[in-house]
Amino acid sequence: MSTNSGIPQGADSLRTSSSAGATATTEKADTSPKLAAPIVWSDERVGTAKGMRFLLKKVFPDHWSFLLGEVAMYSMVICLITGTFLTFWFVPSMGHVEYNGSFVPLKGVGMSEAYASTLDISFDIKGGLLIRQLHHWAALLFIVGIALHMARVFFTGAFRKPREINWVIGAVLSLLAIIEGFAGYSLPDDLLSGTGIRAMAGFMQSAPVIGSYMTFFVFGGAFPGESIIPRLFIAHVLIVPALLVGLFTAHIVLVAVHKHTQFPGPGRTDNNVVGFPLMPVYMAKAGGFFFIVFGITALISALVQINPVWVYGPYDPTQVTAGSQPDFYMWFSDGALRLLPGWLEFTVFGTTWSFNIFLGSLVLLPLVWAIIIAYPFLENWVTGDKREHHILDRPRNAPVRTAIGASAISIYLVLALACVNDIIAIKFGLSINDLTILFRAMFFIAPIITFPVVKRLCISLQRADRDLVLHGTETGRIVRTPEGEFFEVHEPLDEYTRYTLVQHDRQEPLSALEGVPTDEHGVRKPMSLGYKTRRALSDFYFKDQIQPVTPAELAAAHSHGEHDALESGHNHEALPSGQEQVGIDQGSSAK
Amino acid sequence: MKKLAARRRSPLALMVLLLLGLTMTGTAYAALQPKADPGTSAATSSVDDIAAGEALFQANCASCHGSNAQGGVEADSIESPGPSLIGVGAASVDFQVATGRMPLNAPGVQAPENRMNLKFTDEEITQLAAYVDSLGAGPAVPDEQWLDLEGADIAEGGRIFRTNCAMCHNSSGTGGALTRGKYAPSLMNVDEQHIYEAMLTGPQSMPVFNDNNITPQEKEDVIAFLKDVEDGGNAYGGNSMGSLGPAGDAAFVWTLGIGLLIAAAVWLGRKAA
Repeated sequence: MSTNSGIPQGADSLRTSSSAGATATTEKADTSPKLAAPIVWSDERVGTAKGMRFLLKKVFPDHWSFLLGEVAMYSMVICLITGTFLTFWFVPSMGHVEYNGSFVPLKGVGMSEAYASTLDISFDIKGGLLIRQLHHWAALLFIVGIALHMARVFFTGAFRKPREINWVIGAVLSLLAIIEGFAGYSLPDDLLSGTGIRAMAGFMQSAPVIGSYMTFFVFGGAFPGESIIPRLFIAHVLIVPALLVGLFTAHIVLVAVHKHTQFPGPGRTDNNVVGFPLMPVYMAKAGGFFFIVFGITALISALVQINPVWVYGPYDPTQVTAGSQPDFYMWFSDGALRLLPGWLEFTVFGTTWSFNIFLGSLVLLPLVWAIIIAYPFLENWVTGDKREHHILDRPRNAPVRTAIGASAISIYLVLALACVNDIIAIKFGLSINDLTILFRAMFFIAPIITFPVVKRLCISLQRADRDLVLHGTETGRIVRTPEGEFFEVHEPLDEYTRYTLVQHDRQEPLSALEGVPTDEHGVRKPMSLGYKTRRALSDFYFKDQIQPVTPAELAAAHSHGEHDALESGHNHEALPSGQEQVGIDQGSSAK
Repeated sequence: MKKLAARRRSPLALMVLLLLGLTMTGTAYAALQPKADPGTSAATSSVDDIAAGEALFQANCASCHGSNAQGGVEADSIESPGPSLIGVGAASVDFQVATGRMPLNAPGVQAPENRMNLKFTDEEITQLAAYVDSLGAGPAVPDEQWLDLEGADIAEGGRIFRTNCAMCHNSSGTGGALTRGKYAPSLMNVDEQHIYEAMLTGPQSMPVFNDNNITPQEKEDVIAFLKDVEDGGNAYGGNSMGSLGPAGDAAFVWTLGIGLLIAAAVWLGRKAA
């Protein structure tokens, strides 16, 4: 690497610099940026520099919640690596064998090759059990990461223009992750996973009219048949991962194209990104985070058992174990099945209609994702907002959205907990029947309670913010006026802190913004049904909104004499004018 | 033949037929009925034991089970006196009393195991069992030969366990929920003899697995399987978190698992560039 290995763009200058050594190009080299030889080499051939420039100049804002998506991403990578290891030994076959491996309690027991090979991976392949547990823990963390990342995006309004498509891609990714997880859970062909496949067969059979045909198609005959494990294997290692990786790439590319969102703060606008450059800061942070995630997952996998297939035994359709549950991401669906009343299954003209299963599975699963995907478009239709948003909402500044999200989570939690009603019953000494009744009621009550509570909490926080902006922070210093009056001195916020609290948009309902539409004679015009709905929803969203403090309001609060005279009749004009006086708050008047 | 045919309309014919039918049914049943093991207590227990057992029974059990062990009037309601003990056998008495389930501490959906609160010595339990067994033959306390677990087949035991027991007791024997607050208890740290007796007598919600259903050798296999689990035969791959299956995994991953990662994320997010 000589001193003149500098390269502007283009192969010519490179060629001269490398071949001629320190001769004619010295003055050129002095002014040019210097790059390492491998980069030079690849730039000459594939034009690396251009892409590198784009990437290296990328700036990422700092916030821990932005790393939740990375937890999901890295867990997926861990699953890909460990999954490849597992495919070297896993035999995706339902062929019958007699187990003869080293796990004594199953010696001589008849089982499928899939189960036998899973036992071999666990007991006879060096490091196999650790990799299996790593694969399963990483899969769970993958979905936990997705769920939390999704919640972060939702509650901060990061799905708004221009990121609606990425929200949709993310939602599809989350669905794929669950399907992938379910397929993987089913592969070992142990008693638990076989019970899961049995449930899946039941789901499909519950479809009106086509149910039995669909089941026979998927299972290649009656349950359990001999095809489901090989088919799920191909879905698990080929089809779904290909879709996952493809959509994930699109997801990441769109993040790069849109640039990352940022939380509001001084100097942050919809036209910039305040943070650290990819190189070197984020390379170190995000790259290092991969190793942290891998390390923690490996630690967990080494210390905590997961899916001990040898405990469940081989799958046999005549057996089932108490405490059979799917992995947590399927709980809401299984829970719905446990809550749906049995009378929803009825017989008409000799045909059975199992709506008690159909509603909780084939209807619920697509419905949940339809709602998730539709939400950004619904909110956009209500607000009519055409602007781009790169500054995130603080959740409190969108009280109704936050409350909607919280109620949705409450319903989800009720359904999920209903799936472990037997575990709850035995661990807390309760009756499973009472729990089922309780969860049935909570399915309706939980969102009804959660919505107003969360909305009011947000509004209270908004009010507290307003109060802070208008009156500053309490100092704990009590001052007595010459008249004998006491008050606490408040310190006004510095403008940087204040900015974060007042930067958000005013949001008013359509009914306040547009009034009642009238024609030129002042007669009320009839409103279309769509517009009426939109107005009603806009009212629902924004009628209780607490608006940010305006400069005028701030000025009014700061000119204290007037403020006091107006609102409480106190008179502090005798006080020396200065910083301390500005923030004086009179308790009662502030509220 | 003609004579007989002529009498077929006689009123006596009906009686004869009835008698014949009853006798034959009874004989066929006696031939085919599943045989309960003869009570060993009858052979080994003395009249003194029975008398002592009766005294214990009158003092400790009769208030619920009746002074002749005939059971209460409303035997199936919770507040009412207990069921009849005639014919339950020595095995049942030994299981209920030696695990502390009986005498019942307080009325509830089912009698919980309560080994901290054993009321009787082994000898007294034998005397009680002898008394109850003397009221009507029932399953006897199992032979030592089925409890020593010598030559028992763990794998076969596991297979039988998963087919017959796991749906309530969980494949790892840690128990499971039943309806209305009843439950199948954990089978860990239960005495071999009591596991055997439970299978034989079907206490509370449990069905009876008699010796025609699961042979004594198979019962021994099941016990050997459970003892293997108890001794850590399944304990691979780290802490099993109470063998709760995916519920335990979910609880872990949503608390400590993601908690550790979020802590790392917060630390990274705060770290200055």
